Amino acid sequence: MPDNSSALALVLGGDPALYAIVKLSLTVSLAATVFAAAVALPLGAFLALVRFPGRTLVVVLMNAFMGLPPVVVGLAVYLLLSRSGPLGSLGLLFSPSAMIIAQALLVMPIIAALTRQTIEDLWAEYRDELTAMRVGPFGRVTTLLWDARFSLVTTLLAGFGRAAAEVGTVLIVGGNIDGFTRTMTTAIALETSKGDLPLAMGLGVVLIALIIVVNATAWGVRRAGEIRAG
Amino acid sequence: MRPPVSDLPLALEDVSYVAREVTIVRDMSLTIGAGAPTVLVGPNGAGKSTLIRLLMGLLAPTSGRVTWGGRADADGRRRAMVFQRPVMLRRSAAANVGYALAAAGAPRRTRADMVAGLLGRVGLAPLADRPARRLSGGEQQRLALARALARDPEVLFLDEPTASLDPAATKAFEDILRDVAQSGVKIVMATHDLGEARRLAGDIVFLLRGRVHECAPAEKFFTAPATPEAAAFVRGDLVI
Repeated sequence: MPDNSSALALVLGGDPALYAIVKLSLTVSLAATVFAAAVALPLGAFLALVRFPGRTLVVVLMNAFMGLPPVVVGLAVYLLLSRSGPLGSLGLLFSPSAMIIAQALLVMPIIAALTRQTIEDLWAEYRDELTAMRVGPFGRVTTLLWDARFSLVTTLLAGFGRAAAEVGTVLIVGGNIDGFTRTMTTAIALETSKGDLPLAMGLGVVLIALIIVVNATAWGVRRAGEIRAG
Repeated sequence: MRPPVSDLPLALEDVSYVAREVTIVRDMSLTIGAGAPTVLVGPNGAGKSTLIRLLMGLLAPTSGRVTWGGRADADGRRRAMVFQRPVMLRRSAAANVGYALAAAGAPRRTRADMVAGLLGRVGLAPLADRPARRLSGGEQQRLALARALARDPEVLFLDEPTASLDPAATKAFEDILRDVAQSGVKIVMATHDLGEARRLAGDIVFLLRGRVHECAPAEKFFTAPATPEAAAFVRGDLVI
Protein backbone atom coordinates (compact mmCIF):
# COMPACT_ATOMS: atom_id res chain seq x y z
CA MET A 1 0.00 0.00 0.00
CA PRO A 2 1.51 3.37 -0.97
CA ASP A 3 2.19 5.32 2.19
CA ASN A 4 1.92 8.75 0.68
CA SER A 5 -1.66 8.65 -0.59
CA SER A 6 -4.54 9.66 1.64
CA ALA A 7 -7.06 7.16 2.96
CA LEU A 8 -9.83 8.88 1.07
CA ALA A 9 -8.00 8.45 -2.20
CA LEU A 10 -7.40 4.81 -1.35
CA VAL A 11 -11.05 4.17 -0.67
CA LEU A 12 -12.37 6.15 -3.63
CA GLY A 13 -9.71 4.78 -5.94
CA GLY A 14 -10.60 1.20 -5.04
CA ASP A 15 -7.01 0.37 -4.15
CA PRO A 16 -6.64 -3.43 -4.53
CA ALA A 17 -4.35 -3.73 -1.48
CA LEU A 18 -6.91 -1.97 0.69
CA TYR A 19 -9.67 -4.10 -0.80
CA ALA A 20 -7.74 -7.25 0.13
CA ILE A 21 -7.28 -6.03 3.70
CA VAL A 22 -10.98 -5.23 4.08
CA LYS A 23 -11.96 -8.58 2.60
CA LEU A 24 -9.64 -10.50 4.89
CA SER A 25 -10.85 -8.63 7.97
CA LEU A 26 -14.47 -9.34 7.15
CA THR A 27 -13.85 -12.96 6.21
CA VAL A 28 -11.84 -13.74 9.34
CA SER A 29 -14.24 -12.06 11.76
CA LEU A 30 -17.39 -13.44 10.14
CA ALA A 31 -15.96 -16.96 9.94
CA ALA A 32 -14.81 -16.75 13.56
CA THR A 33 -18.29 -15.61 14.62
CA VAL A 34 -19.97 -18.42 12.67
CA PHE A 35 -17.68 -21.12 14.10
CA ALA A 36 -17.98 -19.72 17.61
CA ALA A 37 -21.78 -19.56 17.29
CA ALA A 38 -21.98 -23.17 16.13
CA VAL A 39 -20.52 -24.20 19.49
CA ALA A 40 -21.68 -21.37 21.74
CA LEU A 41 -25.41 -21.31 20.89
CA PRO A 42 -26.04 -24.96 21.83
CA LEU A 43 -23.63 -24.65 24.77
CA GLY A 44 -25.41 -21.56 26.11
CA ALA A 45 -28.81 -23.21 25.70
CA PHE A 46 -27.55 -26.35 27.42
CA LEU A 47 -26.26 -24.35 30.37
CA ALA A 48 -29.58 -22.53 30.58
CA LEU A 49 -31.64 -25.72 30.70
CA VAL A 50 -29.57 -28.34 32.48
CA ARG A 51 -28.70 -28.33 36.17
CA PHE A 52 -25.56 -30.22 37.14
CA PRO A 53 -22.98 -29.96 39.92
CA GLY A 54 -20.52 -27.20 39.14
CA ARG A 55 -22.87 -25.43 36.76
CA THR A 56 -22.64 -22.15 38.66
CA LEU A 57 -18.85 -22.28 38.40
CA VAL A 58 -19.05 -22.85 34.65
CA VAL A 59 -21.51 -19.97 34.23
CA VAL A 60 -19.38 -17.58 36.29
CA LEU A 61 -16.22 -18.58 34.42
CA MET A 62 -17.96 -18.16 31.09
CA ASN A 63 -19.18 -14.71 32.08
CA ALA A 64 -15.65 -13.84 33.19
CA PHE A 65 -14.21 -15.11 29.90
CA MET A 66 -16.29 -12.53 28.06
CA GLY A 67 -13.49 -10.22 29.10
CA LEU A 68 -10.60 -12.44 28.01
CA PRO A 69 -7.60 -10.29 27.00
CA PRO A 70 -7.11 -10.81 23.25
CA VAL A 71 -3.33 -10.95 23.54
CA VAL A 72 -3.58 -13.80 26.04
CA VAL A 73 -5.87 -15.77 23.73
CA GLY A 74 -3.45 -14.98 20.91
CA LEU A 75 -0.53 -16.22 22.98
CA ALA A 76 -2.34 -19.46 23.87
CA VAL A 77 -3.22 -20.15 20.23
CA TYR A 78 0.34 -19.20 19.23
CA LEU A 79 1.73 -21.80 21.63
CA LEU A 80 -0.72 -24.41 20.33
CA LEU A 81 0.09 -23.78 16.68
CA SER A 82 3.80 -22.96 16.85
CA ARG A 83 6.20 -25.42 15.26
CA SER A 84 6.96 -27.09 18.59
CA GLY A 85 3.35 -26.88 19.85
CA PRO A 86 0.86 -29.78 19.97
CA LEU A 87 -0.81 -28.67 16.72
CA GLY A 88 2.36 -27.36 15.13
CA SER A 89 2.40 -30.07 12.47
CA LEU A 90 -0.68 -28.50 10.89
CA GLY A 91 1.44 -25.54 9.87
CA LEU A 92 -1.33 -23.05 10.53
CA LEU A 93 0.59 -20.35 12.38
CA PHE A 94 0.69 -16.99 10.59
CA SER A 95 -2.24 -17.92 8.37
CA PRO A 96 -5.84 -16.65 8.15
CA SER A 97 -6.95 -20.03 9.57
CA ALA A 98 -4.99 -19.38 12.74
CA MET A 99 -6.61 -15.95 13.00
CA ILE A 100 -10.08 -17.47 12.65
CA ILE A 101 -9.35 -20.05 15.35
CA ALA A 102 -8.03 -17.41 17.74
CA GLN A 103 -10.93 -15.01 17.19
CA ALA A 104 -13.46 -17.83 17.50
CA LEU A 105 -12.01 -18.70 20.92
CA LEU A 106 -12.19 -15.06 21.90
CA VAL A 107 -15.80 -14.66 20.81
CA MET A 108 -17.18 -18.00 21.99
CA PRO A 109 -17.59 -17.07 25.68
CA ILE A 110 -19.39 -13.87 24.73
CA ILE A 111 -21.94 -15.65 22.57
CA ALA A 112 -22.32 -18.54 25.01
CA ALA A 113 -22.79 -16.33 28.07
CA LEU A 114 -25.32 -14.01 26.40
CA THR A 115 -27.15 -16.99 24.89
CA ARG A 116 -27.35 -18.65 28.29
CA GLN A 117 -29.02 -15.57 29.77
CA THR A 118 -31.45 -15.13 26.86
CA ILE A 119 -32.47 -18.79 26.80
CA GLU A 120 -32.81 -18.99 30.57
CA ASP A 121 -35.23 -16.04 30.56
CA LEU A 122 -37.23 -17.53 27.71
CA TRP A 123 -37.32 -20.93 29.39
CA ALA A 124 -38.97 -19.41 32.46
CA GLU A 125 -41.77 -18.34 30.13
CA TYR A 126 -41.97 -21.57 28.10
CA ARG A 127 -41.36 -24.17 30.80
CA ASP A 128 -44.95 -25.10 31.64
CA GLU A 129 -46.11 -25.11 28.05
CA LEU A 130 -43.25 -27.25 26.72
CA THR A 131 -43.45 -29.60 29.70
CA ALA A 132 -47.18 -30.06 29.12
CA MET A 133 -46.42 -30.86 25.46
CA ARG A 134 -43.77 -33.34 26.66
CA VAL A 135 -41.06 -31.81 24.52
CA GLY A 136 -37.76 -33.60 25.16
CA PRO A 137 -34.37 -32.00 25.97
CA PHE A 138 -33.25 -31.75 22.34
CA GLY A 139 -36.58 -30.26 21.28
CA ARG A 140 -36.40 -27.73 24.10
CA VAL A 141 -32.98 -26.50 23.02
CA THR A 142 -33.94 -26.14 19.36
CA THR A 143 -37.32 -24.56 20.16
CA LEU A 144 -35.83 -22.00 22.53
CA LEU A 145 -32.97 -21.14 20.17
CA TRP A 146 -35.42 -20.66 17.31
CA ASP A 147 -37.89 -18.61 19.34
CA ALA A 148 -35.07 -16.46 20.72
CA ARG A 149 -33.65 -15.95 17.24
CA PHE A 150 -34.25 -12.19 17.14
CA SER A 151 -32.52 -11.59 20.47
CA LEU A 152 -29.72 -13.91 19.45
CA VAL A 153 -29.00 -11.79 16.37
CA THR A 154 -27.88 -9.08 18.79
CA THR A 155 -25.76 -11.63 20.63
CA LEU A 156 -24.05 -12.65 17.39
CA LEU A 157 -23.45 -8.98 16.57
CA ALA A 158 -21.79 -8.50 19.94
CA GLY A 159 -19.51 -11.41 19.09
CA PHE A 160 -18.78 -10.10 15.61
CA GLY A 161 -18.09 -6.62 16.98
CA ARG A 162 -15.56 -8.02 19.40
CA ALA A 163 -13.85 -10.02 16.63
CA ALA A 164 -13.76 -7.19 14.12
CA ALA A 165 -12.44 -4.64 16.59
CA GLU A 166 -9.66 -6.58 18.28
CA VAL A 167 -6.04 -6.45 17.22
CA GLY A 168 -4.14 -8.51 19.79
CA THR A 169 -4.92 -12.06 18.71
CA VAL A 170 -4.70 -11.54 14.97
CA LEU A 171 -1.41 -9.70 15.37
CA ILE A 172 0.15 -12.52 17.38
CA VAL A 173 -1.12 -15.53 15.44
CA GLY A 174 -1.42 -13.86 12.05
CA GLY A 175 1.78 -11.88 12.08
CA ASN A 176 0.46 -8.90 10.07
CA ILE A 177 2.02 -10.21 6.86
CA ASP A 178 1.38 -7.79 4.01
CA GLY A 179 -1.04 -9.23 1.50
CA PHE A 180 -1.66 -12.38 3.53
CA THR A 181 -2.63 -11.80 7.15
CA ARG A 182 -2.85 -8.02 7.36
CA THR A 183 -6.26 -6.92 8.63
CA MET A 184 -7.79 -3.50 9.17
CA THR A 185 -6.81 -3.42 12.82
CA THR A 186 -3.27 -4.67 12.39
CA ALA A 187 -2.79 -2.25 9.51
CA ILE A 188 -4.01 0.61 11.68
CA ALA A 189 -1.61 -0.39 14.45
CA LEU A 190 1.23 -0.60 11.97
CA GLU A 191 0.52 2.71 10.22
CA THR A 192 0.17 4.45 13.58
CA SER A 193 3.53 3.17 14.77
CA LYS A 194 5.06 4.20 11.43
CA GLY A 195 3.66 7.69 11.96
CA ASP A 196 1.29 7.69 9.00
CA LEU A 197 -1.59 9.01 11.06
CA PRO A 198 -3.83 10.14 8.17
CA LEU A 199 -3.73 6.65 6.66
CA ALA A 200 -4.36 5.06 10.06
CA MET A 201 -7.29 7.39 10.61
CA GLY A 202 -8.65 6.64 7.17
CA LEU A 203 -8.46 2.92 7.78
CA GLY A 204 -10.19 3.41 11.12
CA VAL A 205 -13.04 5.24 9.44
CA VAL A 206 -13.41 2.44 6.89
CA LEU A 207 -13.45 -0.16 9.67
CA ILE A 208 -16.13 1.65 11.63
CA ALA A 209 -18.20 2.12 8.48
CA LEU A 210 -17.99 -1.61 7.78
CA ILE A 211 -19.12 -2.49 11.29
CA ILE A 212 -22.05 -0.12 10.93
CA VAL A 213 -23.02 -1.70 7.61
CA VAL A 214 -22.93 -5.22 9.07
CA ASN A 215 -24.99 -4.15 12.08
CA ALA A 216 -27.51 -2.26 9.97
CA THR A 217 -27.95 -5.29 7.71
CA ALA A 218 -28.48 -7.56 10.69
CA TRP A 219 -30.91 -5.07 12.18
CA GLY A 220 -32.88 -4.95 8.95
CA VAL A 221 -33.03 -8.73 8.76
CA ARG A 222 -34.15 -8.87 12.38
CA ARG A 223 -36.89 -6.28 11.88
CA ALA A 224 -38.17 -7.98 8.75
CA GLY A 225 -38.25 -11.30 10.56
CA GLU A 226 -40.01 -9.82 13.58
CA ILE A 227 -42.68 -8.27 11.42
CA ARG A 228 -43.32 -11.60 9.76
CA ALA A 229 -43.11 -13.82 12.84
CA GLY A 230 -44.53 -11.53 15.53
CA MET B 1 -54.73 -44.38 17.36
CA ARG B 2 -55.24 -44.22 21.10
CA PRO B 3 -53.45 -46.73 23.27
CA PRO B 4 -55.88 -48.95 25.12
CA VAL B 5 -54.84 -47.89 28.63
CA SER B 6 -56.81 -45.05 30.15
CA ASP B 7 -55.68 -42.16 32.33
CA LEU B 8 -59.09 -42.17 34.01
CA PRO B 9 -60.00 -42.03 36.75
CA LEU B 10 -57.71 -39.31 38.05
CA ALA B 11 -57.11 -39.84 41.73
CA LEU B 12 -55.44 -38.00 44.58
CA GLU B 13 -54.68 -39.88 47.76
CA ASP B 14 -53.86 -37.71 50.79
CA VAL B 15 -51.99 -35.29 48.60
CA SER B 16 -50.29 -32.25 50.07
CA TYR B 17 -48.29 -29.71 48.15
CA VAL B 18 -45.97 -27.31 49.92
CA ALA B 19 -44.12 -24.50 48.15
CA ARG B 20 -41.68 -22.32 50.08
CA GLU B 21 -43.09 -23.57 53.36
CA VAL B 22 -46.63 -22.56 52.41
CA THR B 23 -49.07 -25.43 52.21
CA ILE B 24 -51.13 -24.85 49.09
CA VAL B 25 -52.90 -28.21 48.92
CA ARG B 26 -53.61 -30.01 52.19
CA ASP B 27 -54.34 -33.75 52.63
CA MET B 28 -56.49 -33.85 49.55
CA SER B 29 -58.22 -37.01 48.37
CA LEU B 30 -60.29 -36.80 45.24
CA THR B 31 -61.37 -38.99 42.34
CA ILE B 32 -62.38 -37.66 38.96
CA GLY B 33 -63.91 -40.14 36.55
CA ALA B 34 -65.02 -40.05 32.93
CA GLY B 35 -68.11 -38.14 31.88
CA ALA B 36 -69.29 -34.55 31.84
CA PRO B 37 -66.83 -31.72 32.58
CA THR B 38 -65.53 -31.42 36.12
CA VAL B 39 -65.15 -27.80 37.13
CA LEU B 40 -62.95 -26.73 40.04
CA VAL B 41 -64.33 -23.62 41.69
CA GLY B 42 -63.28 -21.56 44.64
CA PRO B 43 -61.79 -18.19 45.49
CA ASN B 44 -58.30 -17.14 44.44
CA GLY B 45 -55.69 -18.97 46.46
CA ALA B 46 -57.96 -21.95 47.13
CA GLY B 47 -55.48 -24.20 45.32
CA LYS B 48 -57.25 -24.60 41.96
CA SER B 49 -54.23 -23.99 39.76
CA THR B 50 -52.00 -26.16 41.92
CA LEU B 51 -54.55 -28.97 41.87
CA ILE B 52 -54.77 -28.76 38.07
CA ARG B 53 -50.98 -28.89 37.79
CA LEU B 54 -50.82 -31.88 40.11
CA LEU B 55 -53.46 -33.64 38.03
CA MET B 56 -51.66 -32.75 34.81
CA GLY B 57 -48.42 -34.08 36.30
CA LEU B 58 -46.57 -30.77 36.03
CA LEU B 59 -46.06 -30.73 39.80
CA ALA B 60 -45.15 -33.63 42.02
CA PRO B 61 -46.96 -33.79 45.38
CA THR B 62 -44.93 -33.11 48.51
CA SER B 63 -46.68 -36.07 50.11
CA GLY B 64 -49.40 -38.47 49.02
CA ARG B 65 -49.98 -39.97 45.62
CA VAL B 66 -51.50 -38.95 42.29
CA THR B 67 -52.60 -41.76 39.99
CA TRP B 68 -53.96 -41.86 36.47
CA GLY B 69 -56.11 -44.89 35.72
CA GLY B 70 -54.61 -46.47 38.82
CA ARG B 71 -51.02 -45.91 37.65
CA ALA B 72 -48.70 -43.44 39.32
CA ASP B 73 -46.29 -43.55 36.37
CA ALA B 74 -48.70 -42.78 33.52
CA ASP B 75 -46.59 -40.73 31.11
CA GLY B 76 -49.00 -37.93 30.25
CA ARG B 77 -49.17 -38.56 26.52
CA ARG B 78 -52.98 -38.53 26.77
CA ARG B 79 -53.25 -35.37 28.82
CA ALA B 80 -53.19 -31.84 27.50
CA MET B 81 -53.47 -28.46 29.13
CA VAL B 82 -54.56 -24.93 28.32
CA PHE B 83 -53.02 -22.30 30.59
CA GLN B 84 -54.52 -19.06 31.81
CA ARG B 85 -51.96 -17.11 29.81
CA PRO B 86 -50.83 -19.44 27.06
CA VAL B 87 -47.38 -18.94 25.59
CA MET B 88 -47.56 -18.45 21.85
CA LEU B 89 -44.48 -19.74 20.05
CA ARG B 90 -42.91 -17.06 17.85
CA ARG B 91 -44.26 -18.42 14.60
CA SER B 92 -47.53 -18.55 12.69
CA ALA B 93 -50.79 -19.89 14.11
CA ALA B 94 -50.54 -22.91 11.83
CA ALA B 95 -46.93 -23.53 12.86
CA ASN B 96 -47.97 -23.44 16.52
CA VAL B 97 -50.43 -26.26 15.92
CA GLY B 98 -47.92 -28.08 13.72
CA TYR B 99 -45.39 -27.86 16.55
CA ALA B 100 -47.83 -29.43 19.01
CA LEU B 101 -48.61 -32.18 16.50
CA ALA B 102 -44.92 -32.90 16.03
CA ALA B 103 -44.39 -32.96 19.81
CA ALA B 104 -47.28 -35.42 20.07
CA GLY B 105 -45.64 -37.63 17.48
CA ALA B 106 -48.04 -37.13 14.57
CA PRO B 107 -46.47 -38.35 11.32
CA ARG B 108 -45.10 -35.53 9.18
CA ARG B 109 -47.09 -36.26 6.02
CA THR B 110 -50.49 -36.03 7.74
CA ARG B 111 -49.67 -32.91 9.71
CA ALA B 112 -50.75 -30.27 7.20
CA ASP B 113 -54.23 -31.76 6.96
CA MET B 114 -54.47 -32.12 10.73
CA VAL B 115 -53.37 -28.51 11.25
CA ALA B 116 -56.08 -27.32 8.88
CA GLY B 117 -58.65 -29.48 10.64
CA LEU B 118 -57.71 -28.26 14.11
CA LEU B 119 -57.62 -24.61 13.10
CA GLY B 120 -61.04 -25.05 11.50
CA ARG B 121 -62.33 -26.63 14.66
CA VAL B 122 -61.44 -23.56 16.73
CA GLY B 123 -62.48 -21.12 14.02
CA LEU B 124 -58.99 -19.87 13.19
CA ALA B 125 -58.63 -21.23 9.64
CA PRO B 126 -58.58 -17.74 8.06
CA LEU B 127 -55.77 -16.68 10.43
CA ALA B 128 -53.53 -19.69 9.81
CA ASP B 129 -50.60 -17.66 8.49
CA ARG B 130 -50.84 -14.86 11.04
CA PRO B 131 -47.99 -14.64 13.59
CA ALA B 132 -49.47 -16.21 16.73
CA ARG B 133 -48.33 -13.34 18.94
CA ARG B 134 -50.30 -10.87 16.85
CA LEU B 135 -53.59 -12.63 17.53
CA SER B 136 -56.10 -11.19 20.00
CA GLY B 137 -56.41 -12.68 23.48
CA GLY B 138 -59.45 -14.73 22.52
CA GLU B 139 -57.82 -15.98 19.33
CA GLN B 140 -54.67 -16.91 21.23
CA GLN B 141 -56.70 -18.86 23.76
CA ARG B 142 -58.48 -20.74 20.96
CA LEU B 143 -55.12 -21.44 19.34
CA ALA B 144 -53.89 -22.82 22.67
CA LEU B 145 -56.98 -25.04 22.67
CA ALA B 146 -56.19 -26.25 19.14
CA ARG B 147 -52.64 -26.98 20.27
CA ALA B 148 -53.94 -28.97 23.22
CA LEU B 149 -56.37 -30.89 21.00
CA ALA B 150 -53.46 -31.71 18.69
CA ARG B 151 -52.37 -34.16 21.37
CA ASP B 152 -55.64 -36.08 20.87
CA PRO B 153 -56.09 -35.99 24.64
CA GLU B 154 -58.23 -38.22 26.76
CA VAL B 155 -58.22 -35.58 29.50
CA LEU B 156 -58.04 -31.86 28.82
CA PHE B 157 -57.08 -29.55 31.68
CA LEU B 158 -57.86 -25.85 31.54
CA ASP B 159 -56.69 -23.32 34.11
CA GLU B 160 -59.01 -20.30 34.07
CA PRO B 161 -58.81 -20.13 30.27
CA THR B 162 -61.34 -17.31 29.91
CA ALA B 163 -60.22 -15.20 32.90
CA SER B 164 -58.97 -12.35 30.73
CA LEU B 165 -61.41 -12.66 27.81
CA ASP B 166 -64.42 -10.48 27.05
CA PRO B 167 -67.92 -12.04 26.91
CA ALA B 168 -67.90 -12.60 23.13
CA ALA B 169 -64.51 -14.30 23.20
CA THR B 170 -65.56 -16.29 26.25
CA LYS B 171 -68.67 -17.53 24.48
CA ALA B 172 -66.71 -18.54 21.39
CA PHE B 173 -64.28 -20.44 23.59
CA GLU B 174 -66.98 -22.15 25.65
CA ASP B 175 -68.89 -23.22 22.53
CA ILE B 176 -65.83 -25.03 21.23
CA LEU B 177 -65.21 -26.52 24.66
CA ARG B 178 -68.75 -27.91 24.76
CA ASP B 179 -68.12 -29.59 21.39
CA VAL B 180 -64.89 -31.04 22.70
CA ALA B 181 -66.66 -32.42 25.78
CA GLN B 182 -69.33 -33.98 23.59
CA SER B 183 -66.69 -35.67 21.47
CA GLY B 184 -65.73 -37.68 24.56
CA VAL B 185 -62.77 -35.75 25.92
CA LYS B 186 -62.85 -35.49 29.70
CA ILE B 187 -62.60 -31.82 30.66
CA VAL B 188 -61.20 -30.66 33.99
CA MET B 189 -61.34 -26.89 34.29
CA ALA B 190 -60.55 -24.40 37.02
CA THR B 191 -62.50 -21.17 37.15
CA HIS B 192 -63.53 -18.57 39.66
CA ASP B 193 -66.34 -17.48 37.35
CA LEU B 194 -69.56 -18.94 38.73
CA GLY B 195 -71.46 -18.28 35.51
CA GLU B 196 -68.92 -20.27 33.54
CA ALA B 197 -69.12 -23.11 36.04
CA ARG B 198 -72.92 -23.15 35.69
CA ARG B 199 -72.71 -23.17 31.91
CA LEU B 200 -70.20 -25.98 31.54
CA ALA B 201 -70.00 -28.16 34.62
CA GLY B 202 -71.26 -31.68 35.02
CA ASP B 203 -69.60 -31.96 38.40
CA ILE B 204 -68.31 -29.31 40.75
CA VAL B 205 -65.34 -29.56 43.06
CA PHE B 206 -65.46 -26.64 45.48
CA LEU B 207 -62.05 -25.81 46.92
CA LEU B 208 -61.38 -23.68 49.95
CA ARG B 209 -58.01 -22.99 51.57
CA GLY B 210 -56.28 -25.94 49.92
CA ARG B 211 -58.94 -28.52 50.72
CA VAL B 212 -61.86 -30.07 48.86
CA HIS B 213 -64.73 -28.44 50.68
CA GLU B 214 -67.56 -29.93 48.69
CA CYS B 215 -67.86 -32.23 45.73
CA ALA B 216 -71.21 -32.64 43.96
CA PRO B 217 -73.05 -32.85 40.64
CA ALA B 218 -73.41 -29.31 39.30
CA GLU B 219 -77.18 -29.19 39.56
CA LYS B 220 -77.13 -30.20 43.20
CA PHE B 221 -74.24 -27.88 44.01
CA PHE B 222 -76.02 -24.84 42.59
CA THR B 223 -79.52 -25.61 43.92
CA ALA B 224 -78.80 -27.22 47.26
CA PRO B 225 -75.20 -26.74 48.38
CA ALA B 226 -74.40 -28.86 51.40
CA THR B 227 -72.11 -26.49 53.29
CA PRO B 228 -72.67 -22.89 54.37
CA GLU B 229 -69.47 -21.78 52.60
CA ALA B 230 -70.61 -23.33 49.31
CA ALA B 231 -74.03 -21.76 49.75
CA ALA B 232 -72.40 -18.36 50.28
CA PHE B 233 -70.18 -18.90 47.23
CA VAL B 234 -73.17 -19.84 45.06
CA ARG B 235 -75.09 -16.77 46.28
CA GLY B 236 -72.17 -14.68 45.14
CA ASP B 237 -71.06 -13.62 48.61
CA LEU B 238 -67.36 -13.09 49.03
CA VAL B 239 -65.91 -16.32 50.40
CA ILE B 240 -62.30 -16.00 51.45
